[in-house]
Amino acid sequence: MAEVKFEKVKKSFKDVMVIRELDLTIEDGEFFTFVGPSGCGKSTILNMVAGLEPLTGGRIYFDNILVNELSPKDRDVAMVFQTYALYPHMTVYENIAFPLKMKKLDAKIVDREVKRIVGILGLEEFQQRKPKELSGGQRQRVALGRAIIRRPKVFLMDEPLSNLDARLRIEMRAELKRIHQDLKITTIYVTHDQGEAMSLSDKIAVLLQGEIQQSGKPLDVYLKPANIFVGGFIGSPPMNFLTCSLQNLRPVEVNCNGLIFSPIMEDMPKKGVIMGIRPEDVSISVEPSGDSVEVSVSLVEPAGSFNWVDAQWGRVKIKGTAKVNEDLKAGSRAFMKFSVEKVTVFDAVSGKRL
Amino acid sequence: MNSREKGDKFIIPALIMLSCVTIYPVLYVFYLSLQRRLLIFDISRFVGFENYLFLFRDDRFWNALKNTAYFTVASVSLELFLGLSIAVLLNRPFRLRGLTRAVILVPWAIPTVVSARMWEWVYNTDFGILNFIIGSKINWLGSPFWAIHAAIFMDVWKTTPFVAILLMAGLQVIPHELYQAAKVDGAGSWTTFKRITLPLLKPVILVVLLFRTLDAFRVFDAVYVLTGGGPANTTETLSIYAYKVLFQTLQFGYGSTLSVVVFLCIGSISIFYIKLLSRGIK
Amino acid sequence: MTKRISFYLLLIIAILYCLCPLLWQFITSLKPDYELTRIPPILPEKPTVAHYISIFKGYPFSRIILNSTIVAASTTIFSLIVGSLCAFGLTKLKVRYKAIILGFVLSVSMFPPIATVSPLYIIIRSLGLRDTWWALIITYTTFSLPLSIWILTNFFKEIPDEIYLAARIDGCSPFQAFQKIILPLSGPGIFTTAILVFIFSWNEFLFALTFTSTPNSRTIPVAIALFQGIHEIPWGDIAAASVTVTVPLVILVFVFQRRIIEGLTAGAIKS
Repeated sequence: MAEVKFEKVKKSFKDVMVIRELDLTIEDGEFFTFVGPSGCGKSTILNMVAGLEPLTGGRIYFDNILVNELSPKDRDVAMVFQTYALYPHMTVYENIAFPLKMKKLDAKIVDREVKRIVGILGLEEFQQRKPKELSGGQRQRVALGRAIIRRPKVFLMDEPLSNLDARLRIEMRAELKRIHQDLKITTIYVTHDQGEAMSLSDKIAVLLQGEIQQSGKPLDVYLKPANIFVGGFIGSPPMNFLTCSLQNLRPVEVNCNGLIFSPIMEDMPKKGVIMGIRPEDVSISVEPSGDSVEVSVSLVEPAGSFNWVDAQWGRVKIKGTAKVNEDLKAGSRAFMKFSVEKVTVFDAVSGKRL
Repeated sequence: MNSREKGDKFIIPALIMLSCVTIYPVLYVFYLSLQRRLLIFDISRFVGFENYLFLFRDDRFWNALKNTAYFTVASVSLELFLGLSIAVLLNRPFRLRGLTRAVILVPWAIPTVVSARMWEWVYNTDFGILNFIIGSKINWLGSPFWAIHAAIFMDVWKTTPFVAILLMAGLQVIPHELYQAAKVDGAGSWTTFKRITLPLLKPVILVVLLFRTLDAFRVFDAVYVLTGGGPANTTETLSIYAYKVLFQTLQFGYGSTLSVVVFLCIGSISIFYIKLLSRGIK
Repeated sequence: MTKRISFYLLLIIAILYCLCPLLWQFITSLKPDYELTRIPPILPEKPTVAHYISIFKGYPFSRIILNSTIVAASTTIFSLIVGSLCAFGLTKLKVRYKAIILGFVLSVSMFPPIATVSPLYIIIRSLGLRDTWWALIITYTTFSLPLSIWILTNFFKEIPDEIYLAARIDGCSPFQAFQKIILPLSGPGIFTTAILVFIFSWNEFLFALTFTSTPNSRTIPVAIALFQGIHEIPWGDIAAASVTVTVPLVILVFVFQRRIIEGLTAGAIKS
């Protein structure tokens, strides 16, 4: 169990700066996720924490102890790789036992611990099998077992679920969450799947090209994205973005595709604004109501208990939801409305939230 | 992903061995080549480039160079031709393929010396089986004309399999669909070979040529045991001449000069081929 | 149909071409001396193993075989150890000038042995190693290193880096990871390297000729080259010696032909 602190951490490969200044503290026992598109540097961060990649600048502390110079063995971290990296020539039992054997623990203790882990993960009948005889999900669990048997200070996971099929991924997500609740080990998780990040983490950090765009509790990041990138990245389907012009300054009025309203803003925009509203906050129906505007339906996608609807609002496309019993077809006329409180306004030039 | 550990400790033993047993002697041989040095009598005198000047005027050296060049060109071309034919022949899968490949490897695997003595017996004027089969009484190894050709033929026998195996591997990398496409386009076997197989095989052929040319140029074992460099020095290659100067006349100075020249020739050939190869890759 | 016949015909010709000289040598080894000088007949009328006996009785051939075996086996072991450590460092660890080092190692394989023979002879003589196994073992190990390093580098590259990193995280030092994880996974590569180095060492001639002077350390190629009779060349004995030496090699080739070919072609294709 350890608190992990990043202080002005920088990393460059040859002349390319991969991680700009990173300052962050991950609390003891927290499940922290770095999320972002491919190539944003999240795996590099993980490798630096593990001791597999040296820092170009800055410091990393575990519980206020500087670990920059420590080898992976001395840092007491455990890592689950995207490709699991199981030892092909060893059985499941031997794979899981390996870290403890390297610590030179007594054979009886090793055996006891391995049996315990194998029990937790449901791998009893596979103990004598080799990795190539296992399915993806089973290999995943062996990789997990090998990591948790050590009771490390920090757990590192590099996109461990991306090689699994959709249903298995959901199952393993629940399993990971359960294990974390039981063991309460500080976990640093890396993924490009924002849904995973949202459901698993205590806190997340959204990364783009080596820079943290926003960090905080998942719900906060979801409700109050710091900039357009975060707004568009978090949440699925992605946020609707509409360009609006400033109509009036005091009181603030914006003109969005003909609709004029006063959004709640904390800052003054420079020129124009971009309005962001999540599809789940946009409702589309056959009958008009209140201050709804007219739209034309382009596409209806059933999502089970409701429908996603793509609509054309004048020159602008917008995505919203509709109740299942609404009789909407492509090409039909409909009415859309949303609540001004759910709108997030971004500065058109800087992209930051206002 | 590169871990931060330095691999230096692991490569040092190899580098030390290589430096001591190869680099240092190469430097030493350059140094020796500038001396007049008779081993047994411990005479050692620095004479600068005198040895090299002598070499240029040394007829026996030019003769050796000529023999070596002829041997190399003849051997390598024959090996390439035969090897390519065998490779193309054996390219299709058939039963006993593994067995055939093993049989073909045997000449490569036996010691060159054993092969040389074996052929020496075959070439024997009076009791050799070759003369028996052809019905002649040619003194193969004693005739100034035939000797070098006998050596070439023996070398071809021994190393064609190696060439064939490598070319076969190169052939297998060529996707089958290309041949099918060519057939559909109406190409005959020769055209297919010329337009598709050969160009795609070029890099492998170049690598094979590189190894074989170098090997043929530095040949010693086979020819030394077969003919000893005779008759009348018609089969004396550069390596054999150098060896004789070193260990029969014990002139370590001039012998080293000859060795250096061989080394430089090999170096130039390598550089030539490597340049060809790297251009081919682009 | 004719295509098939001609194919098999050519195949038989190719096989005969490779095997005939050896077969002839085998037949020769079984002929008593007086039959050697008469052809026809081709086959021995009174086959005898006298030659085989004579090479072990009248000549310390068993000592020669012992020398070759020890030198070849030691060379193989040392070459594997030094070579695998080097290949490991080059493929999994950080090394500056990796490409230059690899290029240097490869270029050593192109050195003509004759160029290093004279200085090595002087060095070995001054170290008092003349006519010992060590002279050959050290020389052979070094000259076989390019081969070992090349083959093993290619094999190690196939092992995913992440497996090595996982071992590091699990508490291994680089050497422990090498020993417990990388080596066990490289069985085939090590095997192939061993075979090729063994064959190279068993067949080498020039250095053996130069560095050995008595049957104490003389190896098989030199012994066969120097076979002398009192009056004339003992062709029968030579044939017997050749066959004796060839048989293990032939067995080796037949059993391991796939590995050998893999090792040889790895270099060519990946070059």
